[in-house]
Amino acid sequence: MTAPRPLSLHVPEPGCRPGDTPDFSDFEIPRAGAVRRPAIDEAPEDMRDMAFSVVRVLNKAGEAVGPWAGLLDAEALRTGLRHMLTLRQFDERMLKAQRQGKTSFYMQHLGEEAVSCAFRMALQDGDMHFPTYRQAGLLIAGGYPMTDMMNQIYSNAADPLKGRQLPVMYSARDHGFFTISGNLGTQFIQAVGWAMASAISNDTKIAAGWIGDGSTSESDFHAAMVFASSYKAPVILNIVNNQWAISTFQGMARGGAVTFAARGHGFGIPSIRVDGNDYLAVHAVASWAAERARSGLGPTLIEHVTYRAGGHSTSDDPSAYRSKEEFSAWPLGEPIDRLKRHLITIGEWSEERHTQALAEITDEVRACQKKAEANGTLISGPKPSPRLMFDDVYAEMPPHLQRQRQEAGF
Amino acid sequence: MARMTMIEAIRNAHDLAMDRDRQVVVFGEDVGYFGGVFRCTAGLQKKYGSNRCFDAPISENGIVGAAVGMCAYGLKPVVEIQFADYMYPAYDQIVSEAARMRHRSAGQFTCPMVIRMPTGGGIFGGQTHSQSPEALFTHVAGLKVVVPSNPRDAKGLLLASIEDPDPVIFLEPKRLYNGPFDGHHDRPVVSWKNHELGDVSEDYFTVPLGKAKIRREGSALTVLAYGTMVYVAQAAAEEAGVDAEIIDLRTLLPLDLETIEASVKKTGRCVVIHEATKTSGFGAELSAAVQESCFYHLEAPIVRVTGWDTPYPHAQEWTYFPGPERIKRAFAQVLEG
Ligand SMILES: Cc1ncc(C[n+]2csc(CCOP(=O)(O)OP(=O)(O)O)c2C)c(N)n1
Ligand SMILES: [Mg+2]
Repeated sequence: MTAPRPLSLHVPEPGCRPGDTPDFSDFEIPRAGAVRRPAIDEAPEDMRDMAFSVVRVLNKAGEAVGPWAGLLDAEALRTGLRHMLTLRQFDERMLKAQRQGKTSFYMQHLGEEAVSCAFRMALQDGDMHFPTYRQAGLLIAGGYPMTDMMNQIYSNAADPLKGRQLPVMYSARDHGFFTISGNLGTQFIQAVGWAMASAISNDTKIAAGWIGDGSTSESDFHAAMVFASSYKAPVILNIVNNQWAISTFQGMARGGAVTFAARGHGFGIPSIRVDGNDYLAVHAVASWAAERARSGLGPTLIEHVTYRAGGHSTSDDPSAYRSKEEFSAWPLGEPIDRLKRHLITIGEWSEERHTQALAEITDEVRACQKKAEANGTLISGPKPSPRLMFDDVYAEMPPHLQRQRQEAGF
Repeated sequence: MARMTMIEAIRNAHDLAMDRDRQVVVFGEDVGYFGGVFRCTAGLQKKYGSNRCFDAPISENGIVGAAVGMCAYGLKPVVEIQFADYMYPAYDQIVSEAARMRHRSAGQFTCPMVIRMPTGGGIFGGQTHSQSPEALFTHVAGLKVVVPSNPRDAKGLLLASIEDPDPVIFLEPKRLYNGPFDGHHDRPVVSWKNHELGDVSEDYFTVPLGKAKIRREGSALTVLAYGTMVYVAQAAAEEAGVDAEIIDLRTLLPLDLETIEASVKKTGRCVVIHEATKTSGFGAELSAAVQESCFYHLEAPIVRVTGWDTPYPHAQEWTYFPGPERIKRAFAQVLEG
């Protein structure tokens, strides 16, 4: 026997920090159209390959190719482009509003717009999403009024959540959008519970859980996986791998696994990786998973591979921990450009129409903002009454809270 | 002496502890390369290597559970929970494991760890960046609970907590990180750079756990407060012209009953203040303790000023926050009684 060598701790580090040159050469990206499309009832163990590849539809030339293409007509694609442009415009206006002090905080989607916008179009009204703070595309693509989103962000007199919640922590039950929690991961198992309830009630609705790459480390992620697996719950479990969790790169949460999607294998859950910056691919994979869930075939785990191009939130400056060049080196490009290019390639869009659409959207978002600001902002104008703070703690206000409300002067 | 913010003082304490004791390791979410979202651990990874200061996966129960295991080996982990509002996944590891380790193993295994977490509101953080969960820890046998109110104490108390052989919950009022805050949110912010308690020795020193500090001497009434509320109480006393004696508890558990008792016996009146919700809050424990030891010296019922029994709101933050006006009313009430 040789003397044992002293151990040392392995701490994963990204290959690229400020000052380094970004290098994504070890990220294996298949050609668009190259990845097969399994039958929805294929055995989970026979489709393990899907967790190690990337489903892509749009190629470099802007064409939609392969077995996952062909689901959306030109009108649907133009709608998708409009949704993404709207979300980006919305983000820009709200970031600016935050900088102007009109609200306390904001979180944007830059670079990730396709994920939530495309996914929403694959689900139906009546289905329920359990989102994180970075899926506002579900609301925008679902037709939720932008003015109400802004009312929430401004915590103003018309805020549907009565000024209680941090900006972007929306809740819209009628739009299939569960109330967002600030505590990471909690919603993932709740999505499974909702799906189980649909099954218990012999309903036809399905649920979608959402979680970030970093948050998959929370126990709620693992609880969701085992419940979804054991009960074959009609749920789509979405991991949005945008490469970063504040300053921590995705390798810290992924550990020794090759991909996040591979996490599903230990639970026997079919798991697919998709190009999250490809509107058509996200939509196609979401539709596939929705069909599985609705057919009683159980859960699907989807890893959306994308990149968080902006700061984590308005409280964050990413230049302290990652290279400024990383986004331009990101090999999956940028979702809006890619869909726009596709539409132009198939002769269904033009630069002129794009400019025109952008101008219309800018006007629309601006008009919503004006309407919202007429209801006040966090710093000026009408506000939700402080009295509202005491409501909804319980269905019926107990005497001690009544006394406190009185003491507070309301 | 150097002028330090609370963040700098906490960073400096980590630095000295790591320098002095190789068993001290520091980890948590975003704590390594970036140095923490509040920058309390900035520079430590660079100086001590990623073997001793590193990022953790986003798993609070993982962070504390791993720290328990490290303690069993013989290390002294100092871990950060990014916001106190996110400690709930770790609660089982804290309550069922860390707190009872010494007792259940008859001293074979112990948990000399420090769990740091920013607490309190006043930053428009809404319900998940504003909570003050101290009572959830003081209720647990086996934990010590510390709340510094200024840079000097933050450093000395953190070093004492790291030296301590038992698990210490170290609650950092985030509204005090960069300067004292008296509850007047509409006034310009004050920096520790212009405050005498921002004068912190760069040498190693400790402030003992279990010792309160009288921040303002007075004879009309006793205020029991900690963290941010110390400054709010001071402002209320100045503005109302009340001769209040203000005690900064600094450690909630073990509690410095001696200092409390001496003061209440002198003044005969007591106001208890905290930002956390009222029902079953730490104020209830304080009121009971004062009643038990000073009942015959009390000339009026003890009054509590606390956050309301609601989740911490966003827009209505300043209605929730127990500001100087509410404290002045409480002063009037106990002085009348
Ligand atoms: C339980 C809990 N722990 C920590 C945090 C603080 N926090 C907020 S967002 C975040 C990073 C999340 O990263 P990821 O899951 O990848 O989502 P992304 O922000 O990239 O969309 C952290 C650590 C929190 N909100 N909740
Ligand atoms: Mg992420």
